Amino acid sequence: MKFDIIVAGVGGQGVLSVSSIIASSAMHEGLSVKQSEVHGMSQRGGEVQANLRLSDKPIASDLIPRATASLVLSMEPLESLRYLPYLSATGTVLTATDAVTNFADYPDLEGLLVRIRALPRAILIDAERLAKQAGSARATNMVMVGAASGLLPIRFDTIEHFVRTLFAAKGAKVVETNLKALAAGRDAAAAS
Amino acid sequence: MSEMVLLGDEAVALGAVHAGLTAAYAYPGTPSTEITEYLIRYQRTHQRPIAQWCANEKTAYEEALGVSYAGRRTLVSMKHVGLNVAADPFMNSALISINGGLVVAVADDPGMHSSQNEQDTRLFADFARVICLEPASHQQAYDMTREAFDLSERFHIPIVLRLVTRLAHSRGNVMVTQARAENPLSTSSDPASWILLPANARRQWRALLDRQPDLQRYTATTPHNTVSGTGSGTDVGVITTGLARNYYLENLDDLSAPPAHLHIGAYPFPADLIRSFVGGLRRVLVLEEGYPYLERALRGIVAPSFEIQGRESGHVPPDGELNPDIVRASLGLPVRQGLAIESLKLPPRPPQLCAGCPHGDSFHAVTAALAGFPDAVVTSDIGCYTLGALPPYNAIQSCVCMGASIGMAKGAAEAGMHPVVAVIGDSTFLHSGMTPLLDAVTQDTPMTLLILDNKTVGMTGGQPTIRPSSELEGLVRALGVPDGHLHVVEAHPRHDARNTDLLRRELEHRGLSVIIAVRECLETIKRSKQEQAAAVAV
Repeated sequence: MKFDIIVAGVGGQGVLSVSSIIASSAMHEGLSVKQSEVHGMSQRGGEVQANLRLSDKPIASDLIPRATASLVLSMEPLESLRYLPYLSATGTVLTATDAVTNFADYPDLEGLLVRIRALPRAILIDAERLAKQAGSARATNMVMVGAASGLLPIRFDTIEHFVRTLFAAKGAKVVETNLKALAAGRDAAAAS
Repeated sequence: MSEMVLLGDEAVALGAVHAGLTAAYAYPGTPSTEITEYLIRYQRTHQRPIAQWCANEKTAYEEALGVSYAGRRTLVSMKHVGLNVAADPFMNSALISINGGLVVAVADDPGMHSSQNEQDTRLFADFARVICLEPASHQQAYDMTREAFDLSERFHIPIVLRLVTRLAHSRGNVMVTQARAENPLSTSSDPASWILLPANARRQWRALLDRQPDLQRYTATTPHNTVSGTGSGTDVGVITTGLARNYYLENLDDLSAPPAHLHIGAYPFPADLIRSFVGGLRRVLVLEEGYPYLERALRGIVAPSFEIQGRESGHVPPDGELNPDIVRASLGLPVRQGLAIESLKLPPRPPQLCAGCPHGDSFHAVTAALAGFPDAVVTSDIGCYTLGALPPYNAIQSCVCMGASIGMAKGAAEAGMHPVVAVIGDSTFLHSGMTPLLDAVTQDTPMTLLILDNKTVGMTGGQPTIRPSSELEGLVRALGVPDGHLHVVEAHPRHDARNTDLLRRELEHRGLSVIIAVRECLETIKRSKQEQAAAVAV
C-alpha cells in the first residue's frame, strides 16, 4: 500500500502543520513515512508544498514522482492546480475555496473553481467558514485535515488523538474547537 | 535502541550528541540551520552540548578547531556557500593533526531553492584531501555522523558530512542507539602539527598525502559503498551517489532488466571497486545529486572503452537537482503525464516581504531619495531584503555573497559612479560587513551605507543576531565612521519624508555616510508573543 500526498498552499497557511499531523498519525499506525518540505526563500508568501509519502513498505524517494500522487491537499485553490501533473489518474484534488490574492496576476477565482470541479475527482471545502462555525478561523487547517481523513489510510481516531496532543497546551477550549473543525471537514468531504 | 522521526538535519544533530559532542558552532544558512537549532533546544533541556550561533562560518570553524585542540568532539555546520567563508581554516585544518573529532556538516542546495549557486561540497573535501561521507537516508545521516567523529580521531583529519536540501528538510524514521560520553580534555600528541610554519606545514602535507592510501582502504571496504546485481549477466550499470540512489530505486521496479548498481556514499572514490564494477560493462549511467564529479573522474581525459551517460552527455540535465522523473527519463523509461487542464495558465506566486515589513519602508525611502538620479547604484546583500530586487520595489541592483554590498559600493564609487548606496541587513553586517566598512572609512569613500536593522536573522527563520541591535551604532562609530555622517532612524511610514530627506542629504555628501534604519521584524514580534503566551499557559 502506498499513499502519496502533495500538501500545498501559500507561505504562512500552515502547509507544514497539516502535513505533520497526517505524518504523525500515519507513523503511529506503523506506516513508513517520508515528509519533504522547503524552507527559506520559498516561504515568503510564495508557493509552498510538502511531499508526504505513506507506505507499508520502506520508501525510497522523498519526492513524489509525476502522475502517482493519490491526493493533492491544498489550502488554496490556485495552488491546488499547480500540482496536477503529480496526480495519478485515480487521484483526488481536495482544496479549500478561499483565495490568497497576494499578487497582481491572480486569475478569476470562479473560473478556477469551475475548472477544479470539472476534474475527475475533486472535493472543494469552504474551510474558513466551517472553521469559524467550529469556533475560530485559525482552525482552517484542521478542517482540511478532517476533509482529507476519509481518503487517508489512517483511522480517524488516530488523527483526533494527534490533534488533541498538538493543542493540549493551549487549553480545553482550543482542543474542542479544533476537534469540531476536524469533524466538520470530515463531514463536508463525505457530503460532497 | 528507539525509533524517532527526524528531519535530516536533526538526525545529524542527534547523531553528534550521541557521539559525545562537546560543542557545536554555526551561522544560520538554509538548509543547514535546523542542525544547530536542534542542538540549541537540546542544550536547554540537557545542559550539554555547548551550541552557539557565531558571527560567521569562519569564526565558527576556528572555534571548533579550539575544541578539537583540547581533545574534545566538535561539530561545525553551514550551508554550501558557508564553506567558502570557512575555507581558510577548513583547508588548513586538513594539515593539522586533528585531536578531538571535528566534523563539518555542510548542507548543499542543488537547484538553488534558497541560494546563489549549487556548488558541490564533495569537491571541497577532495581539495582538502579529507574523507567525505554522503548520507542517502535519515538513518545514514544519523549513523554517518556518529561514525564521522570516530574517523576524524582515527585519521586525525576533519571529516566532511555532505547533505542536500531534500534530505536536510525531509522527515523520516531513524533508529537511534546508545549514546557515548564526551571525551575528556587532552592535549595533542603532535603539538608541532598545529603550528603551520612552512617547515611543519611541508611535513604535515607530506604526512597527509602519505595517509591517503589509508583513507582509500577505508572507502574500499566501507558498507557505504555497495555493489548489487553484477552477477546477473548484464552489461549495463548504474552508479549513484547520495539521494540519486533513492530516485533510482523508486524507478527500479519498472525496469525489465535490472542493471548492475554501485552506490557511493564515502569518498575518496573507491577506485578499485569502481574499476572492478565497470569492467565488462558496455554502458554506465552516472546519477549524482550535484556536480558531475564522479562522472568527470570516470571520463578522464582519455575516453574509456565503455559509454558513460550522465550530466555531461545530455542524459541528465547539466544543472539543477535530481528527482524521480528526471532519473526515470535517464533510465529510458516512458515519461508519466499526470493530469493537466488544457489552456490553463497558472501564474507563479513570487516570494515577497511580509505585509508591513520595515524593509518596505526603507526601500520606499531609498527609491524616493534616488528619484532624479537615473545612474544611481544600489548594491545589496543576502537576506529577506534581497526581495527588494523584485516588484513592487525594484530597488536593488546586486546580490552576490555575504557582505559584498559594502565592498561593491566602494568599488563602484571609486570607479566614478554616483550616487552609490549599499543596503545590508544587521546580521549580514555583523557576519562580514565590518571589514569592508573599514576599507571605506580609510578612503572616506563617497558612498552611503544603509544598514537595515530588523533585530533578527530573518530569512533563515529568525535566529538572534550575534550582538544586539542596541550595540550597532557604537560598533559603527568605533569602526571610524564620523559622527556627522552616522545616523540612526526608525524605518516606519510616519518617518518616510524625514528619512528620505536624510538620505538625499547624505547622498550629496561626497564621503562616507552610514544610516542605520531600525524596526523589529514583524515575524519575530509575533513569534515572541506566541512563545510568551505558551509559557504562561503551561
